[in-house]
Amino acid sequence: MTFQNVESHMVPMPNRNIDTDQIIPARFLKTISKEGLGDNLFCDWRYDAQGKPKPDFILNQPIAKGAQVLLAGDNFGCGSSREHAPWALTQFGFRAVISTSFADIFKANSLKNGLLPLLVPADVHAELFAAVAKSEHAKVKIDLPNQTLTTPGGRQVTFPVDSFAKHCLLEGVDEIGYSMQREAEIAAFEAKRVGSINTLA
Amino acid sequence: MPRTIIEKLWDSHVVAQQPGAPALLYIDLHLVHEVTSPQAFQGLRERKLKVRRPDLTVATLDHSIPTTDRSLPIVDQIAARQVAQLGTNCAEFGIRLYGLDSDRQGIVHVIGPELGLTQPGMTVVCGDSHTATHGAFGALAFGIGTSEIEHVLATQCLLQRPSKTFEVKVPGTLRPGVSAKDIILALIAKIGIGGGTESVFEYTGTAIRALSVEERMTVCNMSIEAGARAGLVAPDDATFQYLQGRPYAPKGAAWDTAVARWKQLPTDEGARYDRTVTIDADRLEPMITFGTNPGMGVPIGSPVPEPSKISDPAERDALVKALQYMGLEGGKPLLGRPVNVVFIGSCTNSRISDLRTAAGVLKGRKVNPNVRVLVVPGSQEVKRQAIAEGLPEIFRAAGAEWREPGCSMCIAMNGDYVPTGEYSVSTSNRNFEGRQGKGARTFLASPLTAAASAITGVVTDIRTLL
Repeated sequence: MTFQNVESHMVPMPNRNIDTDQIIPARFLKTISKEGLGDNLFCDWRYDAQGKPKPDFILNQPIAKGAQVLLAGDNFGCGSSREHAPWALTQFGFRAVISTSFADIFKANSLKNGLLPLLVPADVHAELFAAVAKSEHAKVKIDLPNQTLTTPGGRQVTFPVDSFAKHCLLEGVDEIGYSMQREAEIAAFEAKRVGSINTLA
Repeated sequence: MPRTIIEKLWDSHVVAQQPGAPALLYIDLHLVHEVTSPQAFQGLRERKLKVRRPDLTVATLDHSIPTTDRSLPIVDQIAARQVAQLGTNCAEFGIRLYGLDSDRQGIVHVIGPELGLTQPGMTVVCGDSHTATHGAFGALAFGIGTSEIEHVLATQCLLQRPSKTFEVKVPGTLRPGVSAKDIILALIAKIGIGGGTESVFEYTGTAIRALSVEERMTVCNMSIEAGARAGLVAPDDATFQYLQGRPYAPKGAAWDTAVARWKQLPTDEGARYDRTVTIDADRLEPMITFGTNPGMGVPIGSPVPEPSKISDPAERDALVKALQYMGLEGGKPLLGRPVNVVFIGSCTNSRISDLRTAAGVLKGRKVNPNVRVLVVPGSQEVKRQAIAEGLPEIFRAAGAEWREPGCSMCIAMNGDYVPTGEYSVSTSNRNFEGRQGKGARTFLASPLTAAASAITGVVTDIRTLL
């Protein structure tokens, strides 16, 4: 899944430590496919006991329509390793999540699904929340090749991204295919391994 | 140059390293369960790939399965389909499955060690964030997503960058009533749920050395709750004793060779860590969480923090929201608060030693009539051992439910859940909103605290019952 540059308004979700159980509750993990998760993104925050949208939740407000960027509080995506979290986020329409920090497994899972975890320092983070508070239409531009984020105020800041992950996102590199090219090295490594188990024994 | 065990494990598993690219890291053991694997097997099918090393792969059922009578069909049709799919996938790809009919079925992080599959010096992965449990043996064990599961199935490798090294020193001696669970809850409360991000913990110190291997698993298990990729304990004689004679442990001369190799693993004298933190075991109290993430924990007698006393606005907001969800007020301790459910189980605390501990408290006592108590063994093996020791009779006589092995009420996707608004004291690992059921309110604690609270019907300091 390749990543195209994004220009979008933002959905603000300032809560710190949003865990993957909130992003997609465990009861939706009984599926054997990747489909149909977007409708249940943030399910327990989004719908009441009767399944009706809660009007005060941000994803039920006009700002969420067409938004490709989620502006989230610190340490986004902590908890469970479920890849259903980035599947649900991308199915809803998000292409990037901006935060000051991300949980490791969520970050890795996102990068494999064309969802950019975009790391910003605290001052930029605060500036973005202030801009959204001022206008729902405040837009950011994300340029992955140049690793720049342009704030609604026109400030251009660079963001870090793992060089290999960037390459994969831009070129749509198939990581399994990439690793399979190393077959000779894998086989050579295996030939030297000692003390292996055999689960089939 | 002196190296930490974390660096030794990394170095010994790098297959290839291209400049600028992540290392290709070899995986010695891949554990699979029904929830995070179906899409990975489907990916293999679409690519027309085989599982490269089925002999290093093993599967079990734990998350979606009922903990009631196993002779009955699974009522939840979606869960039943997922369970059936794992069977299909394992048959098609030649993977050993410890399924519902197996006398070795159990929670993936319980059966790996008890079968002797998890061994020192290994890399272990599973599509489950609590894979760090296996770090208790001196293995580099971490949770992965479904794309990575597919990657390991196809190549037996993962593309990885090295983590930072983080020493968690626990000097001193635990006092009566204080346990392994309290060490890890205290660590998470101290450094926060993002405190270990990008790191691998090595737990060191006299209090860690004094723990049994099962207790070390409890500590390592919750490393992810502090944000760490993994957590581990260097192997020692206790590790070797635990492993010797287990079904997949090396035998005969291979055993001696293995032990000699494993003895090379501990961190070298003078090796440096990127970061170190100390938890003083001498001063540790039984811990309990009051909020909606595992870092929101306090010593059991201490008051819940008051939002008005917190200066950081984001932190204050988070606390206000958490207390609102939990129906709690700041400034008061949890001691004495009524409890509706007690759950003793999960990959954190469902091993035989946990059940013995709980039974030790419940023996000859009665569960408070207002409390529903579930005791869920971690595996069929744990269940067998418990039966041999007469533990189910103790639990039943006290008024607790004795169930079949599985994840159960830790993740509440199998029909076992805490009703909306009710309070549970749980030996599991997560107190996130809705984790134990929609609207459920969770206090995480040790098996001792859980059992004590089951008897009194309120949050209780075990030391008052000792």
